[in-house]
Amino acid sequence: MLDVLRGVVDWFQDPSNWQGEEGLTNRLVEHLLLTGTATLVAVLLGLPIGIWLGHVGKGGLLAVNISNVGRAVPTFAVLTMLSIGPIGTDELGPYGRAGLATLISLVLFALPPVITNAYVGMREVDRDTVEAARGMGMEATQLLRRVELPLAMPLIVTGVRLAVVQVWATATIAALVAGPGLGRIITLGFRRQDVSEVVAGALVVAVIALVLEAFMALLQRSLDPVGRALRSSEGRAEGGAASPTPEPSASSG
Amino acid sequence: MVLSEEAPVGENCMVRNEWICPEYLTSRSDLLADALVQHVWITVVSVVIGLVIALPLALLARRYPKLEGAVVGTTTAIYTIPSLALFALLVPVSGLSAGTVVTGLALYSLTILVRYIVEGLHAVPADVVEAAQGMGYGARRLLWTVELPLALPSVMAGLRVAAVSTVALTTVGSIVSYGGLGNLLLEAVNTQFKPQVLTASVLCVLLAFAFDLLIVVSQRLMTPWARARTV
Repeated sequence: MLDVLRGVVDWFQDPSNWQGEEGLTNRLVEHLLLTGTATLVAVLLGLPIGIWLGHVGKGGLLAVNISNVGRAVPTFAVLTMLSIGPIGTDELGPYGRAGLATLISLVLFALPPVITNAYVGMREVDRDTVEAARGMGMEATQLLRRVELPLAMPLIVTGVRLAVVQVWATATIAALVAGPGLGRIITLGFRRQDVSEVVAGALVVAVIALVLEAFMALLQRSLDPVGRALRSSEGRAEGGAASPTPEPSASSG
Repeated sequence: MVLSEEAPVGENCMVRNEWICPEYLTSRSDLLADALVQHVWITVVSVVIGLVIALPLALLARRYPKLEGAVVGTTTAIYTIPSLALFALLVPVSGLSAGTVVTGLALYSLTILVRYIVEGLHAVPADVVEAAQGMGYGARRLLWTVELPLALPSVMAGLRVAAVSTVALTTVGSIVSYGGLGNLLLEAVNTQFKPQVLTASVLCVLLAFAFDLLIVVSQRLMTPWARARTV
């Protein structure tokens, strides 16, 4: 165990492991680019769909089932089908080998949590509050912007948070189809039978995943108007209990 | 007068590398069955281990509310780690074995199940618990005959999520050669063998739905009172 630890430290200190196409720096850039791009696309596509479905109160079955189906379909299978199928494994600029196949599967896996949580968030806005706002003479767009969206914000952000974590995990799996991203350090280590390299790659992936999750949790806290109001008015007593416990609805690829 | 029933080489859909290929199913049925069996046992063992560990953890979290934050926080952290990285981190401990995959998947299952069990126990109505206590139920009898049965719908909902995700995640176990149907996927990536990719992928999804259905049906059988209410 101690040998492994020493090996990992040595691996990080060796400059050759950071350089070149297969180096840590390039893989990290690929991974971050993939995560950023795919999350952005999923949010731009998924949020309007989920919010609109929730606003008009239709398509609930679709919005909820899309998450269940997403969970049952293995990331690895989708990536394999896309990469040996029509999309192929061509180099896609800074996104690396099989960049397009990876991006498409990342977006596919990020969409369900975004849509489902936005939908549920909008549906769970207190009906009495909506009625009251209507009674005060609010128009549909005013209602959406000033009442529904702020109150649905915690769950909307939960969806984005799950999507980010999901995308980060899926980008790791891309290595199994010789795609881009940090997972390649792990698979390269397996191929060379170099345990230090395997563990070093895994550590980078895991630590950044945890940092992303923590960062998104903080962001979520700051965007929750009800929780924030409770925290400032009632002090510490209500602070923890007021935040809703999110459903673990993302599978970590 | 026995002629070979197989089509001449170069004529069948395997050689043409077509996605949909009945000949692949018939000629490789042994291979598919082996992979399926491995997939099923890895899934079942992982989820059962996860459940066995999740139950006492959830009870502990309920008994000592201060622990609940720590339990939920730790399990969220584990759940955040991508599967490929988690398996890789376990390699120095358990090597290239089925144990690596089962340990990783059991950890994921346990993180899902703890939350659902805690939630289910919280949802047991307080007056029911008081009534049972008033009738002289001890803590153990209360747990097994009142609280757990009432928490069962939430526990089963957790089992469904855990089983379905575990079926999907088992494929990643192919990195240490214990990925069930995932092994067929990894093999086919290198050979670009389309019928194998589609067959293994479809079997994975079917297996996930089969587990889901099995759990839903057993929940109906285990909670006859819920059925009686709706009829």
